[in-house]
Amino acid sequence: MAILSRSEAKQILDKVLKYSKAEAASAQLTGAETGNIRYARNSVSTSGIVNDIELAVEARFGKKSGIATINEFSDAALEKVMRRAEELAKLSPDNPEAMPLLDEQKYPKVNGFAKSTADITPDQRAKAAADSIMAARERKVIAAGYLEDARSFAAVANTKGLFGYHVSTSANFTVTMRTENGLGSGWAQSDVSDFSAMNTGAVSNIAIDKAVQSQEARALEPGKYTVILEPSAVSGLVGFMMWNYDARSADEGRSFMSRKGGGNRIGEKMFDKRVHIYSDPADPDVPAMPWAEDDFMALERVDWIRDGVVKNLPRSRYWASQSKEKEKAIPQPNNLIMIGGDKSTAELIKNTRRGVLVTRTWYIRMVDPQSLLLTGLTRDGTFYIENGKIKYPIKNFRFNESPVIMLNNIEDMGRAKRVGMWGYSAMIPALKVRDFTFSSLSDAV
Amino acid sequence: MQRRKFLKLAGVGAGGILLPVYGIPVSAEQLASNGLDMGQKKALADVVLNTARKAGASYTDVRIGRYLNQFVLTRETNVENIVNTESFGAGIRVIAGGTWGFSATNDLTPDGIARAARQAVAVAKANAKYQTEPVQLAPVKGVGEVSWQTPIGKNAFEVPIGEKVDFLMEVNNGALKAGASFINSSLYLVNEQKYFASSDGSYIDQDVHRLWAPMEVTVVDKKTGVFKTRNGLSDPVGRGYEYLDGRAEDKIHGQTTLYTNSYDMAEDARLAAEQARAKLSAKSIQPGKYDLVLEPSHLMLTIHESVGHPLELDRVLGYEANYAGTSFATLDKWRSGKFQYGSDKVNLFADKVQPGSLGAVGYDDEGVKTKRWDLVKDGILVNYQATRDQVHMIDQKESHGCCYADSWSSVQFQRMPNVSLAPGKEKYSAKDMIRDVEKGIYILGRGSYSIDQQRYNFQFGGQLFYEIKDGEIVGQVEDVAYQSNTQEFWNSCTAVCDSSDYRLGGTFFDGKGQPSQVSAVSHGCSTSRFDKINVINTKRNIG
Repeated sequence: MAILSRSEAKQILDKVLKYSKAEAASAQLTGAETGNIRYARNSVSTSGIVNDIELAVEARFGKKSGIATINEFSDAALEKVMRRAEELAKLSPDNPEAMPLLDEQKYPKVNGFAKSTADITPDQRAKAAADSIMAARERKVIAAGYLEDARSFAAVANTKGLFGYHVSTSANFTVTMRTENGLGSGWAQSDVSDFSAMNTGAVSNIAIDKAVQSQEARALEPGKYTVILEPSAVSGLVGFMMWNYDARSADEGRSFMSRKGGGNRIGEKMFDKRVHIYSDPADPDVPAMPWAEDDFMALERVDWIRDGVVKNLPRSRYWASQSKEKEKAIPQPNNLIMIGGDKSTAELIKNTRRGVLVTRTWYIRMVDPQSLLLTGLTRDGTFYIENGKIKYPIKNFRFNESPVIMLNNIEDMGRAKRVGMWGYSAMIPALKVRDFTFSSLSDAV
Repeated sequence: MQRRKFLKLAGVGAGGILLPVYGIPVSAEQLASNGLDMGQKKALADVVLNTARKAGASYTDVRIGRYLNQFVLTRETNVENIVNTESFGAGIRVIAGGTWGFSATNDLTPDGIARAARQAVAVAKANAKYQTEPVQLAPVKGVGEVSWQTPIGKNAFEVPIGEKVDFLMEVNNGALKAGASFINSSLYLVNEQKYFASSDGSYIDQDVHRLWAPMEVTVVDKKTGVFKTRNGLSDPVGRGYEYLDGRAEDKIHGQTTLYTNSYDMAEDARLAAEQARAKLSAKSIQPGKYDLVLEPSHLMLTIHESVGHPLELDRVLGYEANYAGTSFATLDKWRSGKFQYGSDKVNLFADKVQPGSLGAVGYDDEGVKTKRWDLVKDGILVNYQATRDQVHMIDQKESHGCCYADSWSSVQFQRMPNVSLAPGKEKYSAKDMIRDVEKGIYILGRGSYSIDQQRYNFQFGGQLFYEIKDGEIVGQVEDVAYQSNTQEFWNSCTAVCDSSDYRLGGTFFDGKGQPSQVSAVSHGCSTSRFDKINVINTKRNIG
């Protein structure tokens, strides 16, 4: 039941909208079957399957809006949910920022559905965990990991003729391997649409290698270092930056994207010229839902940063309507692609005289929104590089760094890899960055 | 799909709050109505207990839960969103073959709930194949039919929505008049109606209320392009709507007004605007070693991160290694009986009973009567936080009552109780403490916070910073963050104010587990002093 076909979904949406007595109405039907398996101490701890399908209906009277949700689809239930949304709308205060519902949208074609993920069985999930646990036992380390897979669909419609349907699959696996003496820890991840492309045993072996190699870490003095940040480490900082990338806060003067004297920094070269960041729901590596979650506006390919220059900022329809220059509304994206180079991480290491290799960043928090100064730590595999080789493991560092500064100090770029980031998937390269600021040491393994 | 479960709340630039939303939207009237009566719940619970036993369970518990939320979100003169949600269903947990099994359903017919009970047993039996550590449950004596309710003066869900909107508009207008460029203010109201029954013979009905009234005030200096924020100094509480009465007797007047058992949000908003404005011209801190005087609205989060989390037994044992992390406070340190967590001034205790706290309940989510216990006594690590299936691993026979699930559909597991710093025994006020400091910083409010995955190294900011020189506050300072190591930090604690200064702070959305669950928890303390802590300057220029 969780995955409805295009015609089944359309039938339900058409029917519920017919019950509307509001000035306008929209409806969104989403369904997913999500499976997961979790393990720790080399033993499976929990496993579950959640089936969920939900219809959300919004009714509009002028600037008033009400939303109601239901998970049954009889005629009576569909009528009830629309009535409830209408009642809630009438009770709501006016929202001065409400924008009219959108007309029909042209959504890009997205291919994000893989049969291998849709057909995953509990036995396959158990085997995926077992492959990881067996690899750990073989090499006498302790595994803790989590696999979550989903097959899902979404369909949207409104009383102005808008309709869209999207179906997708995803699987995300993360694993932490720790040595029995507690002195080494390694981490690796895999984020895919197609489960047949995921090999939890191979991913686990990367984490095991890092765990074994990271034992007996030495302490380096905090300070500014050349670093090679693996894609997951980069995504922690770049993801934070893009989460705060927004036209309204910039125009209001309260963002790192605000221009001194008013307005935003679109058109300014804020980053190294090699920085290209864009979104595209139809990207084959990170396919994404082709509409905005809040108002179903069609997503297109948008360049956020090109040749180091700020090209666009997400801008809500309301905020666009307030701009004197009649700026275009650009929804928040559902994926992110940062173009990388063609080198492997090993090649980046080979070309480095002295530096620090960072597997992963952790517990990143905003310190100062004005400069986007972030703090966080390295975790699960941090190594010192000398004369092109990994020399020895080092203790973890706390960093205080702004991604804006980091993206100005790029020395080299590795190949982009798909990572799970801030609730969506992104293609992020490894980066070699100079003068990255480590401000203290951590004893954590 | 995870993102759809979250609502990105008002607040830009500094990063909106991500609020997990479970349940379906309902009318405000529906939130104030009653759910199933006790007799119906008991009958359904008995169906579960009997069905699971017949299917082969050696232990069963069932939680029939109705979870209500109301969120009112505003900015400046606008209401941005009003969200009402209700979620209703049952979670069933069993032991079969020495293994846990769990199943949840929103089909609360006798047939539907019996089917879920059988499924939970089937899951347990299937997972038993992979089990290498059979469950050992600490005994709990059944308590029969009992009930518990958060002691509230006024049920927030019965207050009309218009009154709440007017209240927040008054808060916002006051801040704007006092010079704020922007203000976001919100009310988050939670009511958990939980009915728990177990094969131990307990039928426990609980009605739990929580409330949070956060705000963020921003001022922008258009000439320089500099902007500053100041958040509200109140924390979420386990109280009713009367918390927003802002009674005169609940105010502590000092550098700013601080609040105890009720909150004057409008006053705090005005002060926030004035203080944010003052930040624009405040001195940037000279980095170095300072004696820190940490006020409870700030220190509570340091306690949360550096004491609450490392003493969670599941982290210590490695169950959270792939997500939240492990802990430096390993079993060997505890077993030694000599591990100096802090100085002899440091007495940290856990509880789920303090009135007004977020953790306060009569019984936890596996039917254990709640209590208070010591974690660090006279500076020495003496205990952890554990559930029924964990206490045997620390050679104890009685659960600490730390089991919680954030929904009927989530499996319950070990969550942090209230963790608090006991007040000093000798009469000593915050004013006395400041008078005794030669070179220091007085820090209030919760700011930026980050700590490593074993809880050694941390960095904290705050909302307000005042420089202390020779026993006097000499002015507001900015760009302050302090870095320390948990054990060093708590061993540098040289004074804790007395019980007249003790108050609770707390956090609404503590995350743990995969799939992730949230929980709310309070931390009590008095203003405390920490000597020679490393303070960094956080100012940067990005052009």
